[in-house]
Amino acid sequence: MAKIKYHILCCGGTGCHASKSDVIMSRFNEVINEKGLTSDAKVVATGCFGFCEQGPIVKILPDNTFYTRVTPEDVEEIINEHIIKGRKVTRLLYTDPAKNEHIEDSKHMNFYKKQIRIALRNCGFIDPENINEYIAREGYEALSKVLGEMTPQQAIEEVKLSGLRGRGGGGFPTGLKWEFASKYQADQKYVVCNADEGDPGAFMDRSILEGDPHSVLEAMEICGYCIGATKGLIYIRAEYPLAIHRLKVAIKQAREVGLLGKDILGTGFDFDVELRYGAGAFVCGEETALIHSMEGHRGEPTVKPPFPAESGYLKKPSNVNNVETFANIPVIFNKGANWFNKIGTERSKGTKVFALAGKINNVGLIEVPMGTTLREVIYEIGGGIKGGKKFKAVQTGGPSGGCLTEKHLDVPIEYDTLIAAGSMMGSGGMIVMDEDNCMVSVAKFYLEFTVEESCGKCTPCRIGNKRLHEILDKITKGHGTMEDLDKLKNLSQVIKDTALCGLGQTSPNPVLSTIDNFWDEYVEHVTVKKCRAGVCTSMLKFVIDPEVCIGCTLCARNCPVNAITGERKSPHQINQDICIKCGTCKEKCKFGAISIK
Amino acid sequence: MAKIKSLADLKNLRDNMKSGIDLRERGDHPDALPQVKVGMATSGIASGAKEIMNFMIDELDKRGIPAVVTQTGDMGYCYAEPTIEVKLPGQDPVVFGYVNQAKADEIIEKYIKNGELVDGILPVNFRSVNE
Ligand SMILES: Cc1cc2nc3c(=O)[nH]c(=O)nc-3n(C[C@H](O)[C@H](O)[C@H](O)COP(=O)(O)O)c2cc1C
Ligand code: SF4
Ligand code: SF4
Repeated sequence: MAKIKYHILCCGGTGCHASKSDVIMSRFNEVINEKGLTSDAKVVATGCFGFCEQGPIVKILPDNTFYTRVTPEDVEEIINEHIIKGRKVTRLLYTDPAKNEHIEDSKHMNFYKKQIRIALRNCGFIDPENINEYIAREGYEALSKVLGEMTPQQAIEEVKLSGLRGRGGGGFPTGLKWEFASKYQADQKYVVCNADEGDPGAFMDRSILEGDPHSVLEAMEICGYCIGATKGLIYIRAEYPLAIHRLKVAIKQAREVGLLGKDILGTGFDFDVELRYGAGAFVCGEETALIHSMEGHRGEPTVKPPFPAESGYLKKPSNVNNVETFANIPVIFNKGANWFNKIGTERSKGTKVFALAGKINNVGLIEVPMGTTLREVIYEIGGGIKGGKKFKAVQTGGPSGGCLTEKHLDVPIEYDTLIAAGSMMGSGGMIVMDEDNCMVSVAKFYLEFTVEESCGKCTPCRIGNKRLHEILDKITKGHGTMEDLDKLKNLSQVIKDTALCGLGQTSPNPVLSTIDNFWDEYVEHVTVKKCRAGVCTSMLKFVIDPEVCIGCTLCARNCPVNAITGERKSPHQINQDICIKCGTCKEKCKFGAISIK
Repeated sequence: MAKIKSLADLKNLRDNMKSGIDLRERGDHPDALPQVKVGMATSGIASGAKEIMNFMIDELDKRGIPAVVTQTGDMGYCYAEPTIEVKLPGQDPVVFGYVNQAKADEIIEKYIKNGELVDGILPVNFRSVNE
């Protein structure tokens, strides 16, 4: 029998799934059967390729052809041309936004060139619902190495040596955390995986769970062995049905072959994993709130200490790590801590996954070595700002982070440098903004989110953030004063210092960082009542240029509140007291006489 | 599914499963391996390119030589079909014409294995279509 010549990889991540990737896949199988090509080509459902902007993605291997925006109707042509005749379907190839050229294979796409895939190593490469494909990629070998050749202490040392720090936001050294949890004695301990992922726009953890669920299960087992736990819990938001499905399949398959359960790999080590569902409150991503929520209590944080390592789930020692943190673990054991700690920088080792979004050409999921600069991410991987507009800011760290500007573009991405620059790594959201974004409104957006998500347990967060939001709202409506800016700064500081949990302690960051970096814009809003980005509509002033206006009366007839007056054939005027800034007149004027001041 | 009871079981399973994704692994770092492109335009198929491609894939596999074999459209040498282009790591691609099984065998044994040139190389007067 002839050997399979082509693997047709179809993205089965949530993004592409939404755009019919499942239909595309079954169509491929249909056409392959019809044409008797079953021994030539094989269809594989994979996790996300990261290039969601242009989904659904179909990648053909071994030649790395990368087809974008594929529809079920394109399938037959791909089979006829590519698989049968060996000619690429040019119109479906990815087009480089900068050069406007079709790129034949993904190895030549700038989007992938600077990336190193560790946590995402299997995403878009293996079928996540087939444990054998994970095993073929050295899956569960790290586990067997740890169980067979290392003591828990040795394994913890290896994690410490790797320099891995938590990817859930805080950046706490993972090995150290495991060591703490290993020191407490108890009849039962727990390994908890935090898959709550609440940052707006973030989908790093979801993609890992959808594309490579076994890597997380394997890491949780390793962690269990290290700290002396036999039970693992994954706290995942119920809004992630596909990730939940993939995890369930993975757990079932791992149990069937004995890689979860009793006496794993004949070593006497027992470990099993269960899922717990969250309702999607942001604060439940905070580890103490998460634990309370798993116990069936309200998802409210409590003061640390005690840390979960001492008293966590059901008051037992528990180790909480983020999904991406776990996904790095098997690689550290397979390749060695000394391989891992060569990647990245002095104080931040390895890579970080980011969900790149906003006004950027290549929206998607990326993984870059620590130390990559923001400029490389935005201009090389991200393909630059959409529509050739001017870069203004990049937001990292979600509602707890801040906005960085032009002057920070060459800052290497690391836990500590980002904090020094006034933002933070966070869990990996990265939103790019251009000249059309108003920074006061951006701060207001994040505050809206925090006010909505505050659990209300402590006063500074519950009431303080509400006040912050009110002041910001007042400024965007054109009623702000210089005193308000002082109040913003002072109140922010108080909230940071006194809130109970990380949510409140970091919620003023978007305000403070925009005040720091865009002070002029705030001052403009309160003094001259101007929003340079044209976002704060109540501050806009529509004016008619008397030199250009020919007095056609069109605007006056269309103005919904009759704010425009003037004689026929002579220049018209807009009465600012009546005008509601709807912009209708500007749209209607055929002579371009109306502008925004 | 059979239980995996030891590291040896796991390694066995891995080795058995590896071939299932080999094609993908190689495709993932093609520059490190010999890349063979078989010209498969209509004229190529008519002149037996498909058989040559199957032969190359099977034989490379049998002889344990990891390589990336793909097909490509018209290479511009219709007169010499079937043609194959071989690119060894770090070298410029070389195109062979009038390839039959004996020739293919020689290409594998001499050029791909040892880097020795064999007769039948076509003058490359332009860059390959896939670049
Ligand atoms: C308000 C708030 C929300 C958080 N949300 C998440 C989250 O969605 N996912 C996550 O992994 N960590 C989140 N964290 C951090 C966790 O508390 C905890 O530090 C983390 O799960 C530890 O894992 P790591 O060391 O692997 O990063 C959040 C923290 C705070 C204060
Ligand atoms: S800071 Fe906010 S979210 Fe955290 S405990 Fe206080 S009220 Fe709840
Ligand atoms: S539509 Fe334009 S030209 Fe006509 S009256 Fe209004 S401003 Fe003047």
